[in-house]
Amino acid sequence: MAEITFNDIIKPENLTYRKSRLMTDNVMHYCPGCGHGTAHNVLAEVLEEENLQERTVGITPVGCSVLMYNYIDVDFQEAAHGRAPALATAVKRLMPDKFVFTYQGDGDLAAIGTAETIHTCNRGENILIIFINNGIYGMTGGQMAPTTLPGMKSSTSPYGRDVSRMGSPIKMADIVALLPGTCYVTRQSVNTAGGVRKFKKALKKAVQYQNENRGTCFIEVVSNCPSGWKMTPVESNKWMEENMFPYYPLGDIKVPAE
Amino acid sequence: MEKELRLMKGNEAIAEAAIRTGADGYFGYPITPQSEILEYLMEANPQETTGMVVLQAESEVAAINMVYGGAACGKKVMTSSSSPGISLKQEGITYIAGAELPCLIVNVVRGGPGLGTIQPAQSDYFQATKGGGHGDYHLLVLAPASVQEMADFVELGFDLAFKYRNPVMILSDGAIGQMMEKVWLKPQKKRSEEIFPWATTGKPASRPRNIITSLDLDPERQERFNLKLIAKYREMEEKEVRFEEFMTEDAEYLFVAYGSSARLCQKALQLARAEGIKAGLLRLITLFPFPKKRLNELAGRMKGMLAVEMSAGQMVEDVMLSVNGKTRVSHYGRMGGMIATPEEVVENLKSFIKG
Repeated sequence: MAEITFNDIIKPENLTYRKSRLMTDNVMHYCPGCGHGTAHNVLAEVLEEENLQERTVGITPVGCSVLMYNYIDVDFQEAAHGRAPALATAVKRLMPDKFVFTYQGDGDLAAIGTAETIHTCNRGENILIIFINNGIYGMTGGQMAPTTLPGMKSSTSPYGRDVSRMGSPIKMADIVALLPGTCYVTRQSVNTAGGVRKFKKALKKAVQYQNENRGTCFIEVVSNCPSGWKMTPVESNKWMEENMFPYYPLGDIKVPAE
Repeated sequence: MEKELRLMKGNEAIAEAAIRTGADGYFGYPITPQSEILEYLMEANPQETTGMVVLQAESEVAAINMVYGGAACGKKVMTSSSSPGISLKQEGITYIAGAELPCLIVNVVRGGPGLGTIQPAQSDYFQATKGGGHGDYHLLVLAPASVQEMADFVELGFDLAFKYRNPVMILSDGAIGQMMEKVWLKPQKKRSEEIFPWATTGKPASRPRNIITSLDLDPERQERFNLKLIAKYREMEEKEVRFEEFMTEDAEYLFVAYGSSARLCQKALQLARAEGIKAGLLRLITLFPFPKKRLNELAGRMKGMLAVEMSAGQMVEDVMLSVNGKTRVSHYGRMGGMIATPEEVVENLKSFIKG
């Protein structure tokens, strides 16, 4: 076997991990250690590998990922808070040949946008909903979200979430999985290399199902919020594994019959 | 296909005109007194003929946001509702205005505030003409006074919406929505296949990605955007003011009215003239832009102007601003779903004349 030189290693065809060509060079506003950047890159990789750039319309939410359109090089619409699935419904109905996805946080999808989420899934719109669940309102500075864990502290639950007064964290993926309109519902994470690979696989399945007009695909990504949780990135990932994953277990919740 | 004469409700005329003008999508939610629009479209089922999408949304909020998504693709999309539902749509409307998107919104007004009544009113004038939602913006507002205009203003509304990339509202009322009249319908037009350079239709290699948003975190850029919007509204004021005058040549007193109220003022005008009062009428067709210049000109030779509207006095404020003290201005209006009689309006004009 011939000796492999450094120059061989850095040849583009030999690179296994690289930034997707659909990721722009704009500097991301996300905090260090946040899962959004990874989730964006994986999504961009899938859009690139599936040759979807020319027919993708993405809908961004209000929340930390409101400026997502600065980072992925596809057409984007920026929705009002919680309304992304309504926009996506119209885009897909009016242009059925497009690949349509929304990307929403927990406040957006599970609080103010609950009605749009439920009814879009119930109608079985042929879209992909990507739901980033970090259990907190990140952008507005760490307030309690509908998915904040029991006892978890936030700026609006400074003594910890008291479920007797504030209700229990809502499990949106489990709720939408009950609706006949959803075709594929899964809960993933992006904090490990294995998690990233599984998330990517889930995205590829969602692309396939949307191409086959099989109904709404819903991918929840349980993620971290080092700033909002007031932890280092490493601490936040550990805390997520120990506290978020037991409440929001990873894995497929609903898969279509083959 | 020739144009066709039909007997229809105002609401039905809107729906049929939407199909015929080649609309791409309608997104609605039931509310009295305009549910016939959604019902008619569902029955007509244009998805099977013209390909027009018709969808009953889960709420007015969802419906206007579907309109937002469709408009962002450069599609000819619309929604309709009545007063309480239009209040719910205001969030979406301000986003659409802020993202500079074309669309058509129909408000078949009923009395308020709150749940109010299901009878006709004109008490949403402020909401329609001054913005309605948050932020500095205007809709272009058309006020039909007949079933024929309900039909005609659908096409006109879409044309103006795309010309200015601005939401257009048809501000009707429960009377015009529910009454039946004969209406000439235009032949079926094909839906446009035009792809707009600004629309989100998937990014080809030939252009940068399109981003439809109303967000700009840079205050200097946001202010420049606000100035751009203002310039657009000034252009509308230059080019799009529409109104109609009746017997204004020799008039000493002028009724100013729109929609249903303008129709009863036409009758009141005849009654007043029969009693020797030189009355005239200016019927507003666009409520925004408002015919400020024309009213100011007329004010110079009028002894007074009476704004007649089914509200506590909203449009009258724009009449006052337009005449700027040149002549006396007063208001007469019934509310809560009550419609004035022409005789009542003439009596009110007489007491206005006495001062």
